[in-house]
Amino acid sequence: MIHSLFLVNCSGDIFLEKHWKRVVSQSVCDYFFEAQEKAADVENVPPVISTPHHYLISIYREKIFFVSVIQTEVPPLFVIEFLHRVADTFQDYFGECSETAIKDNVVIVYELLEEMLDNGFPLATESNILKELIKPPTILRSVVNSITGSSNMGDTLPTGQLSNIPWRRAGVKYTNNEAYFDVIEEIDAIIDKSGSTVFAEIQGVIDSCIKLSGMPDLSLSFMNPRLLDDVSFHPCIRFKRWESERVLSFIPPDGNFRLISYRVSSQNLVAIPVYVKHTISFKENNTSGRFDVTIGPKQNMGKTVEAVIVTVHMPKAVLNMNLTSTQGSYTFDPVIKVLTWDVGKITPQKLPNLKGTVNLQSGASKPEENPSLNIQFKIQQLAISGLKVNRLDMYGEKYKPFKGVKYITKAGKFQVRT
Amino acid sequence: MTDSKYFTTTKKGEIFELKAELNSDKKEKKKEAVKKVIASMTVGKDVSALFPDVVNCMQTDNLELKKLVYLYLMNYAKSQPDMAIMAVNTFVKDCEDPNPLIRALAVRTMGCIRVDKITEYLCEPLRKCLKDEDPYVRKTAAVCVAKLHDINAQLVEDQGFLDTLKDLISDSNPMVVANAVAALSEIAESHPSSNLLDLNPQSINKLLTALNECTEWGQIFILDCLANYMPKDDREAQSICERVTPRLSHANSAVVLSAVKVLMKFMEMLSKDLDYYGTLLKKLAPPLVTLLSAEPELQYVALRNINLIVQKRPEILKHEMKVFFVKYNDPIYVKLEKLDIMIRLASQANIAQVLAELKEYATEVDVDFVRKAVRAIGRCAIKVEQSAERCVSTLLDLIQTKVNYVVQEAIVVIKDIFRKYPNKYESVIATLCENLDSLDEPEARAAMIWIVGEYAERIDNADELLETFLEGFHDESTQVQLQLLTAIVKLFLKKPTETQALVQQVLSLATQDSDNPDLRDRGYIYWRLLSTDPVAAKEVVLAEKPLISEETDLIEPTLLDELICYIGTLASVYHKPPSAFVEGSRGIVHKSLPPRTGSSESAESPDAAPSGAPPSEQPAVIPTQGDLLGDLLNLDLGPPVSGPPVATSSVQMGAVDLLGGGLDSLMGSTSFTAPSTVVPASLGAPLSGGLGDLFDLAGGVGTLSGSYVVPKTVWLPAMKAKGLEISGTFSRQVGAISMDLLLTNKALQVMSDFAIQFNRNSFGLAPAAPLQIHAPLAPSQTVEISLPLNTVGSVMKMDPLNNLQVAVKNNIDVFYFSTLYPLHILFGEDGKMERQMFLATWKDIPNENEAQFQIRDCPLSADAVSSKLQGSNIFTVAKRNVEGQDMLYQSLKLTNGIWVLAELRIQPGSPSFTLSLKCRAPEVSQYVYQTYETILKN
Repeated sequence: MIHSLFLVNCSGDIFLEKHWKRVVSQSVCDYFFEAQEKAADVENVPPVISTPHHYLISIYREKIFFVSVIQTEVPPLFVIEFLHRVADTFQDYFGECSETAIKDNVVIVYELLEEMLDNGFPLATESNILKELIKPPTILRSVVNSITGSSNMGDTLPTGQLSNIPWRRAGVKYTNNEAYFDVIEEIDAIIDKSGSTVFAEIQGVIDSCIKLSGMPDLSLSFMNPRLLDDVSFHPCIRFKRWESERVLSFIPPDGNFRLISYRVSSQNLVAIPVYVKHTISFKENNTSGRFDVTIGPKQNMGKTVEAVIVTVHMPKAVLNMNLTSTQGSYTFDPVIKVLTWDVGKITPQKLPNLKGTVNLQSGASKPEENPSLNIQFKIQQLAISGLKVNRLDMYGEKYKPFKGVKYITKAGKFQVRT
Repeated sequence: MTDSKYFTTTKKGEIFELKAELNSDKKEKKKEAVKKVIASMTVGKDVSALFPDVVNCMQTDNLELKKLVYLYLMNYAKSQPDMAIMAVNTFVKDCEDPNPLIRALAVRTMGCIRVDKITEYLCEPLRKCLKDEDPYVRKTAAVCVAKLHDINAQLVEDQGFLDTLKDLISDSNPMVVANAVAALSEIAESHPSSNLLDLNPQSINKLLTALNECTEWGQIFILDCLANYMPKDDREAQSICERVTPRLSHANSAVVLSAVKVLMKFMEMLSKDLDYYGTLLKKLAPPLVTLLSAEPELQYVALRNINLIVQKRPEILKHEMKVFFVKYNDPIYVKLEKLDIMIRLASQANIAQVLAELKEYATEVDVDFVRKAVRAIGRCAIKVEQSAERCVSTLLDLIQTKVNYVVQEAIVVIKDIFRKYPNKYESVIATLCENLDSLDEPEARAAMIWIVGEYAERIDNADELLETFLEGFHDESTQVQLQLLTAIVKLFLKKPTETQALVQQVLSLATQDSDNPDLRDRGYIYWRLLSTDPVAAKEVVLAEKPLISEETDLIEPTLLDELICYIGTLASVYHKPPSAFVEGSRGIVHKSLPPRTGSSESAESPDAAPSGAPPSEQPAVIPTQGDLLGDLLNLDLGPPVSGPPVATSSVQMGAVDLLGGGLDSLMGSTSFTAPSTVVPASLGAPLSGGLGDLFDLAGGVGTLSGSYVVPKTVWLPAMKAKGLEISGTFSRQVGAISMDLLLTNKALQVMSDFAIQFNRNSFGLAPAAPLQIHAPLAPSQTVEISLPLNTVGSVMKMDPLNNLQVAVKNNIDVFYFSTLYPLHILFGEDGKMERQMFLATWKDIPNENEAQFQIRDCPLSADAVSSKLQGSNIFTVAKRNVEGQDMLYQSLKLTNGIWVLAELRIQPGSPSFTLSLKCRAPEVSQYVYQTYETILKN
């Protein structure tokens, strides 16, 4: 199981270590640093590294490497999932998962890690349970604590810990009972040079914010549940009900959580809401090139495409870019060679365009690779797959909750090849 | 007010100051001080000097302070064992606390204090906590048993904690069950022999119930444990599968993958005719694809596993090619894995898409990725014949880009394409030759040289091209040197008139100026061949090469089956069985897939399939180029094989004179002067002798020394194998086991691409080298071949014990047959037991293991028997004469380490012997007796 955890920042300093079994010397991280050096880019460090006596399994989150040390055969996915859970918990507790946040709350971090893992076995990873055991820091509480001498640690057994619904604590009470669902869909797509779709699929999630008193039992049904054939559920969902009736039936955790995630596969037709016209060319034996990109709406179901941002990783030989845009602003970072064009909203009457010249290093040969365009956008009030919530029913409690559903479509990994 | 303040200290003695604060009367100050200590600890500072002061703070009713002190204790107790004893009392007291949280905390912490003296005090509280009324305490205690076992395994066994732990599997609380399973699994890992997780249908049922109710982590433990269970029939397998399937929709990817493992394993038992089998296949695809939308680290592990799954059951993901398309900002490790899977999924149906993608990738920035993409195009050409033409033209386009590494990769793969489709694409050679100068990597240079040599007759200036390479001969890598040597010899054989000087130059460079023995040896072999019999040289060097197989990088089926059992583990990431890399894996039990039961179809087991049955979807694996013997003479790109060259053509080794006859006349007036002065002393006699031996070994099977060899019998009649007749026998010589085969082509069609595989068998017999038949087998031709065997293959008990199931593949089909091997090929040369040992062992083996046999009609004397048996590694330990009877005491040892002791009673004048055998594995006795019979009667 998981032996130790080291937190390493981008400059290669170990700023926290925690051991659940024997103490493993920091020097084991040298193998990690070696791999890091070899990888050149932080994102390319291989997640599983073997050393003579240990295995290092790491994740990279928010500019921090979470490096875990294991010694026996352990499912790597188990370790990786757990590390992400640790990062999520930090995020949840401190508002951000950063080196400063962790250093500022080092004792809580230590208490959390101790609570999450025992002898390498996960103990409590649900945020509800953890928060009952160890209270998140707030300015008010730390002031109160220092005056009254009370502690920020619960001294009774969290109720959810052993019940069949470990994700919910007992005795929840709200004056306003509300349940909100956000249906968020991301389009992953690769569009080729000619504008036809090489690959497209929709990754959807339903994120929920449930603030309901007591033990509500909810049923959520859809207009077109047929769309959902590849779904991952939060443990709270009763799988049998879904299998037989295509209804999501569950006792929700308290607060924010992800109810389901789903994939609308490439077999179904995926609507592509924007198109891009582009010419990026470099002349042979010349130190300049042409750049001309226009973006326009396509299948957007009558909604506005907004928050459009185009990023392009230009070839290494590009020195500078001299462009004019009809809309929005652009920046080019000559160090990392990234062009970012913040377009904003697309209005069909006047299509946004960015064009001009590219200056190449003198003497450099014509770049071979064609840069890909990475597109981000957002469409409010639309789930591009067509998924629609039908109704939400609540059983088990008497009050009448306030219900809300919001739809949003975003670009995920949306790439246009040139 | 943040914790970073704990890091700032005044300059004057930090430790000193903390000490004072820890001993303060004010609770709040104490707590702050402990926090400071913990903060220092987290960054690896040594604060062990404060041990007594911190431990003093332990007696408190403040839970936070208590937890902090415990944190400290766990870290430092090991370095201060005597002081740690001070804490014991508090622990014992806390284990009685009315608050379950405190009881659990105490038992949890105690297990983390790795001090021997303390563990003894831990036993009683732990026993109580294992039976605590509160499930939270029980589940914590379960983990504590695993901790204690890690510190002192003996103690855990003596105290009977393992049994208590086993009882917890039937606990009413699912979380307790999950933790008990986790603890037992961890203990079992260091104790592979102990049958800790003794699973039976009842306990499986309990686990399946707990599976639905416990936490995600508990589900992983339970699923991994389930995967080790062997259902008794297909119905049980199906019912487990049905209950595991809902886990595929879990949000935690580790749960999903563990569920996939259970399903993949148990599916093996389901009949393919079942509707449920098809349903299950369909259900497996979506969760696997979903894993690919997770974080890159998860994707990586998922992809490594999908790679295995795709090889085992390609049908699951055959329609999902597109999800493996690479995004430009995927991390490199994800890109490379995706590419691998794309090639595996490539088929005629999707090849156009795949090629378009690969071409796109070949213009990316990342060099490693581009290279692999180019290589992938070549592999597509080899895999999907219909696409070969398109692939070649794509590669030519890429060569036009003149990007150095792209060109080099392209040339390497084009060489493979030439080998797969001879006489089809040679028109591109001219284009390749244009890029000769830009090649600077050994592999690409070697490939180019091979092409020039192989097609010398079509390239007008082949000699000039090769000559340019020859200039820097000594600076080249071995790979290139070997290739250049072979290429020039080929050139010489094709165009002898213009290239004498060149071949002479390269031979002298290789034999005299090089320190590399492989190069020298190969040089001499060529030299001798050329000088003695140019016709034979032509036959050997220009022999037709076997076509390369489609997929050279498939994982060997038995290993693949084993790896399928390890889905989701580190083994699946490394594609190696855990025994190959896990430290301290003492006697890890090899896992294997369950056999399919209860159905008409059993494609995977050759014995049930009628011979001539269609080859199952498992492609026969042809080893990679480096191993093929033909390589020595043709295409040695891997590490050179210095092993026995097999030349089936009869090479006359009689003429020792290197300069003799043939070559002289061929070369006309040119003469080799240099070697005649250098060679004879070092080379003449010994070399020819050595070479002679080599050829001897390969040519015929020496039967002079070594065990008795049963005459060859027909194993596979021609009518059952579309004209291929195989007869053979087994032999053992100086420790080397081999299978001597006679392959006869009785069909009207040329046969080629031979390969052989064994099914798992009782003693792990497996081919030690691939089946090496260079030239295609012409109609009515017979080839004799000796296949070396080893006993490190996977083991499965067969009935009869010495049954061996063999699959032979050729260009026509795959054929199966089974044969019985005589057990004495497994008798080791080290089978002679010491006299004392013999006596002790004989007594030690229980009498019920003794078996008696009669050997009749064998008119041999005791000495003759003894020497005859000795030849087959049955050693006589002692001989005695008791009441006029000769008693021979004999021993032998099987390759898997089993000793067999024998007592042979011989009555002078009577032709019947009595044989008593004793062995710890009595089932072998019968076969040993058969062996005695065969050896003595022949």
